[in-house]
Amino acid sequence: MRKVKRIVGNIGFGFGVLMLVSPAILVFLWMLSLSLKNELDNTDYPPIFIPNPPVWDNFAAVFERNDFVKYAINSVIVSFSATGLAILLGVPAGYGIAKMRATKAAVVILIARITPGLSYLIPLFLLFQWIGLTGTVVPIIITHLVITVPIVVWIMMGFFEGLPAELEEAALVDGATIWQAFRHVAMPLAKPGITVATILAFIFSWNNFIFAMVLAGRESRTLPVAVNNMLTFEQISWGPLSAAALLVTAPVLVLTLLAQKQIVAGLTAGGVKGG
Amino acid sequence: MDGAASLAGTAATTTRRRRRNYSRRYWWFVVPCGVVVLATIIFPWVFTLYMSAHDFKLGGGREYVGFANYLKLVEDERFLLSILRTLYFTALSVVLPMVLGLLAALAFHRKFPLRGLARTIFILPMMATPVAVALVWTMMFHPQLGVLNWLLQQVGLPPSLWVYAPETVIPTLVMIEVWHWTPLVMLILLGGLASLPIDPYEAAKIDGATAFQAFWHITLPLLAPFLVVALIIRTIDALKAFDTIYVITQGGPGTASETINIFLYLQAFAYYNLGYASAVVVVFFSIIILLAMVLLWTRARVRA
Repeated sequence: MRKVKRIVGNIGFGFGVLMLVSPAILVFLWMLSLSLKNELDNTDYPPIFIPNPPVWDNFAAVFERNDFVKYAINSVIVSFSATGLAILLGVPAGYGIAKMRATKAAVVILIARITPGLSYLIPLFLLFQWIGLTGTVVPIIITHLVITVPIVVWIMMGFFEGLPAELEEAALVDGATIWQAFRHVAMPLAKPGITVATILAFIFSWNNFIFAMVLAGRESRTLPVAVNNMLTFEQISWGPLSAAALLVTAPVLVLTLLAQKQIVAGLTAGGVKGG
Repeated sequence: MDGAASLAGTAATTTRRRRRNYSRRYWWFVVPCGVVVLATIIFPWVFTLYMSAHDFKLGGGREYVGFANYLKLVEDERFLLSILRTLYFTALSVVLPMVLGLLAALAFHRKFPLRGLARTIFILPMMATPVAVALVWTMMFHPQLGVLNWLLQQVGLPPSLWVYAPETVIPTLVMIEVWHWTPLVMLILLGGLASLPIDPYEAAKIDGATAFQAFWHITLPLLAPFLVVALIIRTIDALKAFDTIYVITQGGPGTASETINIFLYLQAFAYYNLGYASAVVVVFFSIIILLAMVLLWTRARVRA
């Protein structure tokens, strides 16, 4: 009797877990399914779920039209630059804040985290117009720092606070400068933290839509903006649209699958999110 | 050379003195980042305040108007309605992910086969590019050909108009928000569950408590600080929601899904009323800070 009860309980639990993960599975599989079917199958009702046979025309169409490759390169340049600069600036800053216990600096970072992205855009938009930078990727990289820098500083601050101070203190007593203690003692120890910060900053920069949408010209669009424009300006064809959407989000999904441990650690600790 | 001098000097003094002397020199680690934060984060805050007191038209001049933009906002029915919509959207987008996130965290706290894989799949929506996902949702909402109406039909429910009707548009957008951000709540609570002590549970078991009693009297109170953190983060993120709403409805049909953020975007970058939009930013920001402070105050009380 007890055994039966346990088995029923386990089946119920398994069903519950299935219910929890199925919305995610369904949306991504439907995205994949739409991108692998021709237009006739995509607009069939009742819907056809499994592409038979799968066709690659939609992906080919995405690459042929819309300067997709150019926008992909823009996205790569923007996300890598914004992440790289944020690491260069944010890792030492996180270290400094942790060492000085500068809680006020931490509050600024926290407020930056809760400010809506749009509110930075009006002044920066005007600023870039006055300097004459609009139309290039430079303003987009600069505005993406608004997302990446707080993420990196926040994670690194927490990470450096958690490191034991003894090793650095020993280095300082031996005559190292504080820069050397940071560069050769603290930083190697903080590598896992830097990895987490890099991954999260990159993902949230890659996913960001609003900054590039306002600031980018025809030549400087990033992928999310390009995909959104496909929806707005072209006649709606589900296959190529899904293929494009899948290509935009695939790098991030793959990165999540590969680095899920780091991502979970970073998000649990900081509750960070961009935008 | 300064470094060597201060090192030699501090060797003789007390530990506290030494710490403080070093402490000041760490400023140089923060300065480069500080300059960038000043230019990209603090400058916009200050400049927005300045602009909100001006009639600021793109290409045209600017004129000092004092509080006129704010006075206009108070009377702008479209803005006031957008506040109500934002609060409606936020309330739903906080409560549902909190409940589901707690259930998910409890589930993923237990050991079961393929747990790692299931957890990774569960957090994928949070990492996916919002614009890309929004496009897929748009196709799923199609009233005639969409897969969601087909699913409703299979379980015997009438079809819905989803984002194409004023009554259903906000609940539908909430559904996407829940799909996106329940994982973050789950992760925060999962971290909380992992840190709970096991002694109270063993004591409860000896006393013959049921699983539900243990959850209600031990887990929930101990998890309270984490629940409040998740609540704060979720509330702020729900208030800020933009990408999905903009891509799918752009505030429509009519203005049925025009939240403060969408209103702000349209004022600033569709109508180019930059001064007026800056006043919206200031009010919006104040609302967010106010709610964050209320929640932080709650957290302080929960901790006490």
